[in-house]
Amino acid sequence: MKRIKVLKNITSANDAIAAQNRELLDRYNILAINFMSSPGAGKTSLILSSIQHLRHKLRLAVIEGDIASKIDADKIDKQGVPVVQINTGGSCSLEAHMIASALNKLPLDATDILFIENVGNLICPASFSLGEHKKVVISSITEGDDKPAKYPIMFSLADAVVINKVDLLPLQEFDLAGFRKKITDLNPEVTIFEVSCKTGQGIEAWCAWIIEQVQHRRNPKF
Amino acid sequence: MHELAITQNILDIAINEAKAAQASHITKIRLIIGELSGVVGECVQFYFDFLKRGSIAENATIDFEAVPAELHCRNCQASFKLEDSNWACPYCQSTTVEITGGQSCFIESIEVE
Repeated sequence: MKRIKVLKNITSANDAIAAQNRELLDRYNILAINFMSSPGAGKTSLILSSIQHLRHKLRLAVIEGDIASKIDADKIDKQGVPVVQINTGGSCSLEAHMIASALNKLPLDATDILFIENVGNLICPASFSLGEHKKVVISSITEGDDKPAKYPIMFSLADAVVINKVDLLPLQEFDLAGFRKKITDLNPEVTIFEVSCKTGQGIEAWCAWIIEQVQHRRNPKF
Repeated sequence: MHELAITQNILDIAINEAKAAQASHITKIRLIIGELSGVVGECVQFYFDFLKRGSIAENATIDFEAVPAELHCRNCQASFKLEDSNWACPYCQSTTVEITGGQSCFIESIEVE
């Protein structure tokens, strides 16, 4: 009998492909943002609102991840933005190899920003790096204000948290200040936005953050 | 969560390591599971017994070691382990805590013949 030290993370195969994705994105100077949330929090709505605001300033592309259907990709396609739909066929998260094959189908030399919409789930997507530069978690008023306490890993990894559906605040019992505190307790560096994709409230500030990330990547001194 | 894919990864890593060491059989895989990794040992065990058939890990067992979540208080700088899902610091009751351990799941070692 012989004992072999391994010390390999179980996601090491994924992480290696994620690193290759990142290299490819960097070569084309593309900023990739991974959108993660529960089902129905407004990932697609936020991407659509962002497209409206950013399409004349930056060249966009989208990867849509869902267990099944191409409903979301059709919505993006209608906007005339290059989109690839990935159906994970039961897998609860996008994985790096799926992004690698989707990248082959996108016009990388004509893209500044890639939005990646992950599968609606606050647990598994936290475990799988895709090679993205920024992770954004969308949380909506209707989900309740306990989500950071229930899914601490997801919220602790986020570069930005977008609180969506704030137009419903008067109708819901939702402790917004407490919610914000729970997030910053876990993750003091996070940037938080309050938006309503329905009314357009807060979308401008959110899109200004995206532009800032692009400019920062091109010129770190910016 | 996604234990079928994860178990396949575990098996692939173990088999690659064993083959690199020119071993003919894997007898044991030692897996460390962080409390916050989201990996459920019972599920891994279930899928492992299915996936290992016909491989050089056919007679292998998995030893699981659970590692508790480790937290660091940003207020009083104390380090403590998560107990009963209570995220407040036991020393100063602050909830401004950083996760410092228990997030990962990895293969520590394998035993081969």
